[in-house]
Amino acid sequence: MGTTLDPITLAVLNGRLVQIADEMDATLYRSAFNPIIAEAHDACHGLYHAETGATLVQGTSGLPIFVGAMAFAVKAVIDKVARDRDLAEGDTYLFNDPYDGGTHLNDFRLVRPVMRAGCVFAWLASVGHWLDVGGNVPGNFNAKATESFQEGFRVPPVKLMRAGALQQDIVDILAANSRVPQSNWGDLNGQLNALALGERRVHALLDDYGDGTVAAAIDALTARAEALMRANIAALPDGTYSYDDFLDNDGVTDVPLRIALDMTISGDRMTLDFSRSAPPCQGPLNIARSTAVACCYVALKHIFTDVPANAGCLAPITFVIPDTTLLGVSAPKPVGGYTETILRVIDTVFGAFAKVAPERANGSPFATINALSLAGWRKDGKRWVMFCFFGGGLGGNPEGDGLNHGNNPISTATIPPLEILESLYPVMFTQWALRPDSGGAGRHRGGLGAIYEIEALEDNTDIFLLGERGKFPPFGVNGGGPAALNRFIYPDGDGGERTPPLVSKITDVRIKAGERIRLETPGGGGFGEPAAREPAKIARDFAFGYVTRGGTA
Amino acid sequence: MSGTIVGVDVGGTFTDLFWFDAATRGFRTAKVPSRRGDEAAGFMNGLATLGGVETLGAIVHGTTVGTNTLLERRGPKIGVITTRGFRDVLEMRRRDRRRTWGLWGEFVPIADRDMRLEVDERTLADGTIRMAVDETAVSAAAAMLRERGARALAIIFINAYANPENERRALDAARAAWPDAHISVSHQVLPEIREFERASTTAINAYLQPVVGNYLAKLEAALAEQRFAGKFHIVQSNGGVMSTATARRLPVRTALSGPAAGVIAAAAIARAAGYDNIITCDLGGTSFDVSVVAGGKASLAAQTTVDFGLVIRTPMIEITTIGAGGGSIASIDRGGLLQVGPESAGSVPGPACYGQGNERPTLTDAHVVLGRINAQRPIGKLATLDVEAARHAIMTHVGVPLGFDVMQAAEAIVRVADARMAGAIRLVSIERGHDPVRFAAMPFGGGGALHAGALIRDIGLACAVIPRFPGVTSALGCVIADLRHDQVQTLNLMLDGLNTETLDKRMAMAGDAAASVVETAGIAVERIDVSFELDMHYLGQTHTVAVPLPVILAGGTTGISEAVIRAAFERAYSAAFSRLLPGIPTRIVSLRTAAIGRRPAFDLAAFAPNPDASLGKAERGTRKVFFGGAWHETRVWSRLDLPADAVIEAPAVIEQPDATIFIEPGLRGRVDRLGNIVVERI
Repeated sequence: MGTTLDPITLAVLNGRLVQIADEMDATLYRSAFNPIIAEAHDACHGLYHAETGATLVQGTSGLPIFVGAMAFAVKAVIDKVARDRDLAEGDTYLFNDPYDGGTHLNDFRLVRPVMRAGCVFAWLASVGHWLDVGGNVPGNFNAKATESFQEGFRVPPVKLMRAGALQQDIVDILAANSRVPQSNWGDLNGQLNALALGERRVHALLDDYGDGTVAAAIDALTARAEALMRANIAALPDGTYSYDDFLDNDGVTDVPLRIALDMTISGDRMTLDFSRSAPPCQGPLNIARSTAVACCYVALKHIFTDVPANAGCLAPITFVIPDTTLLGVSAPKPVGGYTETILRVIDTVFGAFAKVAPERANGSPFATINALSLAGWRKDGKRWVMFCFFGGGLGGNPEGDGLNHGNNPISTATIPPLEILESLYPVMFTQWALRPDSGGAGRHRGGLGAIYEIEALEDNTDIFLLGERGKFPPFGVNGGGPAALNRFIYPDGDGGERTPPLVSKITDVRIKAGERIRLETPGGGGFGEPAAREPAKIARDFAFGYVTRGGTA
Repeated sequence: MSGTIVGVDVGGTFTDLFWFDAATRGFRTAKVPSRRGDEAAGFMNGLATLGGVETLGAIVHGTTVGTNTLLERRGPKIGVITTRGFRDVLEMRRRDRRRTWGLWGEFVPIADRDMRLEVDERTLADGTIRMAVDETAVSAAAAMLRERGARALAIIFINAYANPENERRALDAARAAWPDAHISVSHQVLPEIREFERASTTAINAYLQPVVGNYLAKLEAALAEQRFAGKFHIVQSNGGVMSTATARRLPVRTALSGPAAGVIAAAAIARAAGYDNIITCDLGGTSFDVSVVAGGKASLAAQTTVDFGLVIRTPMIEITTIGAGGGSIASIDRGGLLQVGPESAGSVPGPACYGQGNERPTLTDAHVVLGRINAQRPIGKLATLDVEAARHAIMTHVGVPLGFDVMQAAEAIVRVADARMAGAIRLVSIERGHDPVRFAAMPFGGGGALHAGALIRDIGLACAVIPRFPGVTSALGCVIADLRHDQVQTLNLMLDGLNTETLDKRMAMAGDAAASVVETAGIAVERIDVSFELDMHYLGQTHTVAVPLPVILAGGTTGISEAVIRAAFERAYSAAFSRLLPGIPTRIVSLRTAAIGRRPAFDLAAFAPNPDASLGKAERGTRKVFFGGAWHETRVWSRLDLPADAVIEAPAVIEQPDATIFIEPGLRGRVDRLGNIVVERI
């Protein structure tokens, strides 16, 4: 154990290990083809435990949601290796199976062992969001899917490389199943570059310090994260704290879906029990158990920001996620809308934590990705598809008001400039603005959501939207009020306006040139009693037009 | 006109000066304390110590007035006029947040929401004017913003990069309603696609106009009073020099003025010493700044983020900063791990050994306790350092919690700081696709050279080259930097079937415009080189690659052709991503034009060691230095008295007024013919 390791070597090795993961991230961003990785950093790299797959070290720049999910991906490969018993140095596994350590079908994972003297010292893994993996809808956000087969193609863990040799058969299968094979091929190469670099760096580190020392350091760092997490939990009062929140619907039937959390604090342990949540649904709002665990990890990391990103911080947590709920489904239940469900799970963790420690909580963030696609055919007959996620407000918090127009807790992705969108597609934005009165009231007000209004410049423009928070607003904490609901408005074809029957989810609405659609996103929930807000801040809210009427939202 | 030139770099702690006489190759250096809030005073005091300004031919200035104004939000109220529907672009940013983990943290834009007004107008992405600007509304908005206290105005319209007509007419209307020249218009500041980056850069430019304008006016008045008759210029973030007239118009380009000059000097010194690939490392009081010079060229970044949400997009020397400087505080975190920085004691109150009120240990305190920094002869104007205070701070805050004695604890602090610096260097080199093993470190600033050995050891760098005067590198950079003017124009053209005649005309116009800015700056140059670069990508990508074009502007034409562009693109793309993507159409996004006025080469032989220097004259006896867990009797040398080709064996401390060098076992130092010390493995 790490007790024999001196603290300086430990500090230095900690830096070196995190750096290896960071360098892998940097390598992929630089060499990826698809902007979802290159620009939005929808990717992640790390080093994982030889036998359990537990996260040992994670990069600092990877997408937050993957940080929790990768351990399951590596475990899926470890199980495969145990079944097949034919692991060799230079083997690399590839898969996207959402039910076996994946998230959704676009996220392709590559896993490779670091071998020392014929034994696995640790695993390296890389995950990145590929642009298109087949299915009914380009880009794979199909709000109406009822089976995963309508969402894209599924790959279980298979050997992409045998002892360093790329299996062209597998590459050919991948290419045949995507609308953009070249983009995926570019990303795959970038991920292979990242793994190769990581492998070189880990070997160099082991040669420098000795395998035993590095292993001891890894143990010590995991123990340290666990100790920190236990200290954080132990500081909270014992008890069971429940929070229920809802998804609007599953995209198929307009019935709310309950996400229910019972959080039990007992000494230095925490149990997260989701048993009371809704059963699996028909539409794509289900998630697999591993995804549910991963998003709880994201929520806890946002609350306890000082705990390092490794498996140690999950050690004191017990998860109860029955497969009778929509949070623990198996194939072929559709999972393409998983972003909405995990955001709501994260909200329940924030909500329960607000009951444990109201003075340290933040109001719910806007918590819907609003995946909006506009598509059509140009005059020359070519297809165009504009695809984008939109922003909203973050919650008021002990430090101050929530951030206006931020990104979701699962992501650090930035939004494309409207001028880039206008230069590529026949659309014109008529508004890109903060949405007044959308933040929850509070001593510290929730941040504002946004209004995006878009005019079609050509006829026959098709609209697809996968969003949430249209019926159940982001909540406030510690006495703070809720934010405004998500709203989507489109022409009714008669010169008037309407909103979708399924609130924030539509497919196949077609508009004409000169017609406009408008997306109004939620703000964040408020923090603290609105009556306690400083008068100067209230005056500023009105002067700046953040608030236009008494009683926000 | 006299041939003397002075470079003046005003930093947060010290103002550094470098005086050079081209005729006699004579030079002098000076270091005086800076006065925060009254930078002009430090500037004039420094010049006074060098014998005044009356006989000077030129002064070139590196300034942080703009950056500090922005970081401390000391600028004036500004007003913004935008397209209807888009006044919030400046506040909405690119939908980011402050940190990856943790959802707290606000953003305050530099123009409040009630100071941002909208007018009717709209231009489409292809440049078509969909709605002409309402000029009456612009005048009314300008008048209202003035009335609400705005001291500068920014006009930012959607798609103005594609057609500036509406912005031009709005500018004319606003001028009639505005009492001074403090109006920034987006198509003049940055005619490039991406509305937030253009809006942010334009608004920050407006914010800095009154501040930088007043500062320069103050300096010019003080210089005139002392009968300065030479040229006065400013270093910009791209490492080139500009006139004060340009600096007043585009103050946003001064953001990294001083640090950029340091990198320019480092690149020149390295080139002369025979090193084309270096990583510059500037260890200051609060930060460690790293920049990569590959193939003799400093890397340029397209933009920087000064603080969360404050983006400046203009070509600038790429400098990566981590919070690990001499004043960085060592502490034990909640998980029991030793950390150095990012919290800093700065220069006031400074390290515990300064005795100015800080009782927590810093990196400098560790060096003092280990005997590497000479407590009797510290850098700058301090008397002596309080070693006991440093020992006490280290023991209390690091030694006791870790169960170490004070010397072990001090050595641990230095090792953890070494590891952080090495990490920063590894990451910047990897991100740029460079293998650090092929690079030499060039440490400058007061403390950089103390870590040179560790950087060689930890990263596997080839060697470290320590310049003759590490403490005044930025001031030297002011003296040797070329004149430079960069401009950008977004084009959005497909390469297939490109109208090369039209592109050629645009390039010629852009080239002439950039060259004329350099020509009219009033500093003698040997020649002006105009270079062109295209930002290009495969259709569908959002990132672009920079594609340098192998063409020369002569007789009003560049002779550009589709084939030349295609070949250049494929070369650049292969270098960046190794695989081309045949069959996918290629797009030109923006044209970048740079005019560089080459100044007469600065002959670094001026720094060569004195011919009568000798090892004997440089010997300063020995003192005890702690390393490798024990005290060692260590030879001390006077840097400036060492002769060329001298070889200094480890262990050794080499001292000079503005820096200290430590040669640890396994390494040796060699003085080259230009007075640099090359630290290399034995």
